Amino acid sequence: MRGVPLLGLSPRVAAALGLFVLVMLALPFFANDYIVSVLVVVLFAAYFGQSWNIVTGFAGQLSLGHALYVGLGAYTSAALFVHFGVPPWLGMPAGMAVAAIAGTLIAALSFRFRVGGVYFALLTIAFAEFVRILFGHFKWVGATEGLFLPVANLAHQDLLRLRGSPRMFYYFLLALTLGALGLSHLLLNRRIGYYWQAIREDEEAAQALGINVFRCKVLAMALSAALTALGGGFLAFYDNNLYPDTVFAIGRSVEIITAPIIGGLGTLFGPILGAFLLTTLGETMTSLTSGVEINGLKQWLYGAALLAIVALQPAGIWPWLRRLIGLETRR
Amino acid sequence: MSAPLLEVRGLSKRFRGLQAVDGVSFAVPRGGIVALIGPNGAGKTTTFNLIAGVIAPDSGSVLLDGVDITGLRPDQACHAGIGRTFQLVRPFGALSVLENVMVGALRATADMRVARDAACAILERLGLVDKAEAPAKSLTLPERKRLETARALATRPKILLLDEVMAGLRPTEIDQMVAAFAALARETGIAILLTEHVMRAVMALSHHIVVLHHGQKICEGTPEQVTRDPQVLECYFGHAPVAGN
Repeated sequence: MRGVPLLGLSPRVAAALGLFVLVMLALPFFANDYIVSVLVVVLFAAYFGQSWNIVTGFAGQLSLGHALYVGLGAYTSAALFVHFGVPPWLGMPAGMAVAAIAGTLIAALSFRFRVGGVYFALLTIAFAEFVRILFGHFKWVGATEGLFLPVANLAHQDLLRLRGSPRMFYYFLLALTLGALGLSHLLLNRRIGYYWQAIREDEEAAQALGINVFRCKVLAMALSAALTALGGGFLAFYDNNLYPDTVFAIGRSVEIITAPIIGGLGTLFGPILGAFLLTTLGETMTSLTSGVEINGLKQWLYGAALLAIVALQPAGIWPWLRRLIGLETRR
Repeated sequence: MSAPLLEVRGLSKRFRGLQAVDGVSFAVPRGGIVALIGPNGAGKTTTFNLIAGVIAPDSGSVLLDGVDITGLRPDQACHAGIGRTFQLVRPFGALSVLENVMVGALRATADMRVARDAACAILERLGLVDKAEAPAKSLTLPERKRLETARALATRPKILLLDEVMAGLRPTEIDQMVAAFAALARETGIAILLTEHVMRAVMALSHHIVVLHHGQKICEGTPEQVTRDPQVLECYFGHAPVAGN
């Protein structure tokens, strides 16, 4: 963007990113199954965080109901697979389309009637909860009994039908996360990215500069929903079981937004960094408190750590880290 | 004389019990600089908002370059050729000064390089070029006012609506801004409609002045004519309430 080589990233960022990719590619060859499964959790959090970051971090529209899109993506691809044998590579795009339509409807409905800010946030929760309850009565996808995928033989990787070991999912999720990173970078440096940020900063001023605010906000929501649903598809084939009360849980929506907020809302690397920090923190708390018989101690420590981070670095860890290590990028 | 660039005909807007703008008509010729003046509450900003599409008028019409733009949304008005600034500045705080202006420049092009070059040229003209990389929230108030103007100018408007961009500036800064706007109108042919309380700027800059009072146009003419008008003197210096209401 400012006359620097390599995709507009400064050489130091490009080098750091290259190193990160190499380490991540090599890790499964050295790490045990436990570490790999933890890293899968990290990558899911990073990817969902990046997807959410587009609508809230870039375009400034607070969605607190992203579990809805995870669920729509997961259920669409899983149900098509279970009932009709549709391979996930077709089922997941279908799930993305369903989620994009849902996101478009919710956003169009809200923004047409000038529902914004916290009221928009409440509406996103309401829709997610509504669909959760709806799926609890939806017999075709198992209602509250759950929807199950045939369990895989882990010795054998079936790439076409996404049946395989955590290591296979690890690489798919790594590709997804890096893809979302590239897409975010691309969008931020295009007209739409500038428009989203302008809307986030001041909607009325943005409109006076010729920006169709309504269309830009709906587009952000639709894109964010579709990307989230793609992650949901992988989640279905990774977990092999889907229950409305866990897939569409409000807790999941909160989890999705925590990593980008801790890492740095609206930044390119914040969601990934936040996902690593939070999952590591959670695992550390679990092992620290494993011998102690106090209920909720882990959650208490985890909450205290989150509070400390937010109080000390309200803009997130990444902006602080970037200054600390002197990376001269703008985002 | 050719048709005016901007023509406002019988514009009216009522807020609850208050007739904010009452049948106001005036015109801005191509390349002309027209000032809209009047005491506080005269309806200047409301008139701006009616022209820029922020609010729809109860009656009356706005024509830009012969096209009826009455009731368009602000973004549509911008595409039609209206560039406006806000009296209370509204920078995109987290973006750099250059990025702020690029957002405006992207109205006319999707090519980032073209937008960037256009934005740089405008920053140069408004003396903000050494602040290009600074976050907009770090600017002083006079700089923010210039950024408002730069952003609006970047949309390549036919007419620039400047809402008190001189307020809070020092006399030397006002003279610089006056020179910059005069040069802008002369060199680019952009028309300017401004509201201003700083009479030093109004008198130096405008070719034509429209005086509003209680939402009505009470007088218009050259700066010399307006300053001699008894009604204008009365509403500014105050005797009896203005007749005709």
